[in-house]
Amino acid sequence: MKAIKSTHLRLLLVIMVSGFASGCSSTFEPWVKPYERDNLADPIMSMNRNPVSLAYTHHAYQAREGARGAEGGAGGGCGCN
Amino acid sequence: MPKVEQEAVVVVIKQKTITPSGTVRKLIIRLIIACIIVGLFVWQAFAAVLPQDRSDAMYHSYQGGGMSIDGPSILLRKKIGNHVSVSANYYVDTISGASIDVLATASPYAEERTENSVGVDFLHNKTLMSLNYTTSSENDFEAQSIHFGVSQDFFGDLTTLSLGYSKGNDEVGKTGDESFLELAERQNYQLGVTQVITKNMILGLSVENISDQGYLNNPYRSVRFIDASSARGYRFETEVYPNTRRSNAASITANYYLPYRASVYGEAKVFSDSWGIQANTYKLGYIHTFGDDWIVEMRARHYQQDKADFYQDLYTRSAEFNFRARDKEMSTFNNLSLGLSLTYEFQFSAANFFKKSTINLDFDHVNYNYDDFRNVLVNSTLEGDTSGIAPVGEEPLYQFSANITRFYVSIFY
Repeated sequence: MKAIKSTHLRLLLVIMVSGFASGCSSTFEPWVKPYERDNLADPIMSMNRNPVSLAYTHHAYQAREGARGAEGGAGGGCGCN
Repeated sequence: MPKVEQEAVVVVIKQKTITPSGTVRKLIIRLIIACIIVGLFVWQAFAAVLPQDRSDAMYHSYQGGGMSIDGPSILLRKKIGNHVSVSANYYVDTISGASIDVLATASPYAEERTENSVGVDFLHNKTLMSLNYTTSSENDFEAQSIHFGVSQDFFGDLTTLSLGYSKGNDEVGKTGDESFLELAERQNYQLGVTQVITKNMILGLSVENISDQGYLNNPYRSVRFIDASSARGYRFETEVYPNTRRSNAASITANYYLPYRASVYGEAKVFSDSWGIQANTYKLGYIHTFGDDWIVEMRARHYQQDKADFYQDLYTRSAEFNFRARDKEMSTFNNLSLGLSLTYEFQFSAANFFKKSTINLDFDHVNYNYDDFRNVLVNSTLEGDTSGIAPVGEEPLYQFSANITRFYVSIFY
């Protein structure tokens, strides 16, 4: 069982590295073109458009909950600046 | 346009699904190394930008559960040339009152916590690196932490990968006991991926592993145990936590831009730790704009957790188990919060040094409901009327509500 998991993880690793490496290819054509990213660049699409308020809110919840981490603040990041 | 400062990284495979055997651990390390190598490999290929220059001045307030906490927070961020951005944050909590955990054994108190942080972001050949140093100081607690993060856009800027590492050290004291000094340290590993799905949709994945070692208790909190010789039928004694803790959390977020200038977002998060706590968080929000000036956000958040293995509301005797806790944060409970934000935006002329300013009000109302944490204060409020006294261990379950308010002004330049 352990060997199977290990094989799967190695395969996953190879696929991920291949995927990342392929990102270096200058022939990669993004399916959302830079000029199509106005909406994505709008601050209302960002989970972290007000970092001071967000950091405080995370703190206010986390101080009273057992869970922590993976607050992320993902969102935005479309490279459209 | 402002770009979100990318948060950091680290994949840790959930312990429940895969046992962290030596082989798996090696593979995780290889994966992290592979990510770093790939990050270096694509070093010069794609875009990254420094965070936008801005200053924020905020007043924050938390009222609920017997606690009143408020104070200011000020953030300054400024670019130096084209490659460096520096930031500084000053934050104060002024605390008065006491939560039910403390009131059961002590009196309300007043204290202040001051947090200072400085950071630098460095853009080198379009890779963004960040370094932050934070200190937090109270009369009985000192903490410092350092954070390092790397962020890189690739796949035609459709994907952003970010990795992060933090290390923190705590010095825990105790008011009224000058000889009390305990230490704790903490390490965080973070991995974040943001993916553009369509021209109207972004997905985000965030994973974080945190490990603690040292004194992880709260020195003011106690557990209660049955003692028939006591007038109340129970007594309190110091809680004892394990001195290590490992936790994993993973969240997925989605933001969708609607046909008019509005957006919806959702977030789901799972959490588990070596203390047996399992938790889920779900969040939904809707952001609407009125003209160019007003942004209104409505949101709902639900959190649920199962208790730590060593949590009990009432122990049958003193020192019943090696580890014991009665912190309500370790119990089984849930909370629901509903929130509203209002933003008014001023645009300045393009020639002005200041580009934009916003005035913001954020408000959330939260209801906490505990499944196995009982309100032992209920009997002490009866003042001699013994008819309504609840038997030990059958007091009503605790619940409370809180209001979280943030009022702040932001200026962009």
